[in-house]
Amino acid sequence: MEIFEYAPAPESRAIVSIRPSYDLFIDGEFVAAESDRRIVSVNPADEEPLSEVAAAGDADVDRAFAAARRAFERVWSPLPGAERGKYLFRIARIIQERARELAVLESLDNGKPIKETRDVDLPLVAQHFFYYAGWADKLAHTGLGTRPLGVAAQVIPWNFPLLMLAWKVAPALAAGNTVVLKPAETTPLTALAFAEICQEAGLPPGVVNIVTGAGDTGRAVVSHPEADKVAFTGSTEVGRQIARAVAGTRKRLTLELGGKGANIVYDDAAVDQAVEGIVSGIFFNQGHVCCAGSRLLVQESIAEELLPRLRARIELLRLGDPLDKNTDIGAINSAAQLARIRELAAAGEAEGATGWSPACPLPERGYWFRPTVFTGVTQAHRIAREEIFGPVLSVLTFRTPEEAVAKANNTPYGLSAGVWTEKGSLMLWTASRLRAGVVWSNTFNVFDPASPFGGYKESGYGREGGLLGLEAYLG
Amino acid sequence: MAETPPRIAVRRTYKLYVGGAFPRSESGRSYPVTSADGSHLANAALASRKDVRDAVVAARKAFPGWSGRTAYNRGQILYRVAEMMEGRREQFAAEVAAADGVSAARAQELVSAAVDRWVYYAGWADKISQVVGGANPVAGPFFNLSEPEPTGVVGVLAPGGSSLLGLVSVLAPVITSGNTAVLVADERAPLPAVTLAEALATSDLPGGVANILTGRLAELAPPLAGHADVNALDLAGAGGLAAELEELAATTLKRVLRPGPEDDWADADPGLARVRPFLEIKTVWHPIGR
Repeated sequence: MEIFEYAPAPESRAIVSIRPSYDLFIDGEFVAAESDRRIVSVNPADEEPLSEVAAAGDADVDRAFAAARRAFERVWSPLPGAERGKYLFRIARIIQERARELAVLESLDNGKPIKETRDVDLPLVAQHFFYYAGWADKLAHTGLGTRPLGVAAQVIPWNFPLLMLAWKVAPALAAGNTVVLKPAETTPLTALAFAEICQEAGLPPGVVNIVTGAGDTGRAVVSHPEADKVAFTGSTEVGRQIARAVAGTRKRLTLELGGKGANIVYDDAAVDQAVEGIVSGIFFNQGHVCCAGSRLLVQESIAEELLPRLRARIELLRLGDPLDKNTDIGAINSAAQLARIRELAAAGEAEGATGWSPACPLPERGYWFRPTVFTGVTQAHRIAREEIFGPVLSVLTFRTPEEAVAKANNTPYGLSAGVWTEKGSLMLWTASRLRAGVVWSNTFNVFDPASPFGGYKESGYGREGGLLGLEAYLG
Repeated sequence: MAETPPRIAVRRTYKLYVGGAFPRSESGRSYPVTSADGSHLANAALASRKDVRDAVVAARKAFPGWSGRTAYNRGQILYRVAEMMEGRREQFAAEVAAADGVSAARAQELVSAAVDRWVYYAGWADKISQVVGGANPVAGPFFNLSEPEPTGVVGVLAPGGSSLLGLVSVLAPVITSGNTAVLVADERAPLPAVTLAEALATSDLPGGVANILTGRLAELAPPLAGHADVNALDLAGAGGLAAELEELAATTLKRVLRPGPEDDWADADPGLARVRPFLEIKTVWHPIGR
């Protein structure tokens, strides 16, 4: 069959105006940081600087918490829930109105394809605010109490910058808390755009405060004595440090950490659908997904049929300019992350697994990694145990459902899993035995504000999304 | 005619309860237990760190079976525990009066409340899912259901000062949802805990679902809190050790229920306050189509 060539179809970046430099957003205003440290955010697709932001110091973080405390006591928690909800509805509407601009900005700062920011991230961001807006005046019906906790310290990762902000900010505000949020070091720009949206919505000053910075700023935020609640999404290692720091305090804590999701394909699965699900499971967002299906467990009897079809499908993926509407795989978010992916992929080869990648050309500048499939992987290999957080799939096989479940659960993580079978009873049998917070059966990597998300074991604790997502913010 | 000599009573040996059996401490140690007014009651087993590890192994082994039972069946078994306790209430009342230093009448009330607590949590077993979980109205053609599941092996430090009611109030909510437990009894007043273990052993509760250790809190709690195969901790009786134990728990990201205000377990209708912290929510998606 002839494959048609694609013509470049780049989304215009003219829709976004990025300022050369950004201050911190504290008490409703952009204010200069007392700290004189700055961070440059680069476009990972071409390594060109996009903007420079402040690296907030302790004094800046103090200021943000003071503003949040004031706003909590004087304005936000006394406000009737219905009125709080209306602010969140406003925010949701503004996000919808500015969705294209925010999608382009996110793709520039993060490197993910415009197809994903436009069709996944931004619709979910707006929907998340809509969802929780409606809860603000219905807390009495949750069975979880009606009292907010106070000031929430929130630290979010770089893989879904604005979506993770929405997951943190929307339920916190709906429940009557105020927030101090630190976006990731490499992706601060959509959070700063969100600050402008808060101004545009007329949100009372101090309800949302955004302090940019790196690890030091994050530590100052989560360990601040004025924080009543800490919410973190990121690596399991940092999650452990935060759990230790919070031990013995009155602070409440929720953590959404790493994963090593198993995607189980039984021999009766619909193979074409399974191939699509495997691809979206590991290559969505360049594999920068904590719930990625990074371990493919395929029943031995169909491995020989499935794997060539999987490779054929992967050869059709288009890697390149994140702003091109045809692009399936964008840039790796940072040089540091690229180095980590390369290191683990090299370990895969060194430990005896066999790597395969399509022969797709890589752009000359920027951070890129070809979609990669490792076969001959054993459970002892690092690429079967450690979170790679990149477009690298490890393939293992199994013979019986019991073996599939045992292998799937053989990990300290427990965030996500997938099951592919046309037999309903086998699907439910498998799903009930998987120790994972989200089980996608005959689908993968779908999300919804009404659907709780979060992990078992060392993937963290607490849930985000749905009614249960409010539990983290009510006392 | 010779006089019949007075009968010598058969005293009980108070042992640990691990994996459904009643071993002495592997360390061979015991410690004297006195009543609230200071008179000697008995020697209790002084459990060791190794006993903690053995108990965790037993709890882990029991977890698939217990969590795999139907909620209805778990509820029936918890109700059976109440029945077994009711049948031995005089024994419990005497031990509680001595252990807690309360009047006979108050001891009867405490035993009644403890029995009722089992009935209360027996009734919760098959209702948790409907209160905590449910269908989620996602914006797409998907079946989407969230269900609570037990988190796994839970380390429970029974509160001090309420040797039976306090213990039951923290143990029953942990196991009703399908968790298995390693419980450290009140160090000063462990005898009612051992008697409870004897009731548990005759109530169809599978071995290893509830494991009860007696001994020094400061010796037993840290290895329990740091154990990599323990999923969660209830620190109700942790006292001054709470912060240290929470920090140990962070190493493997255990779920931790911190000690609440004094006797916060005493509410006769605690709802799910002590159940929720030991649940995981699993959300299953499936497409809808033809």
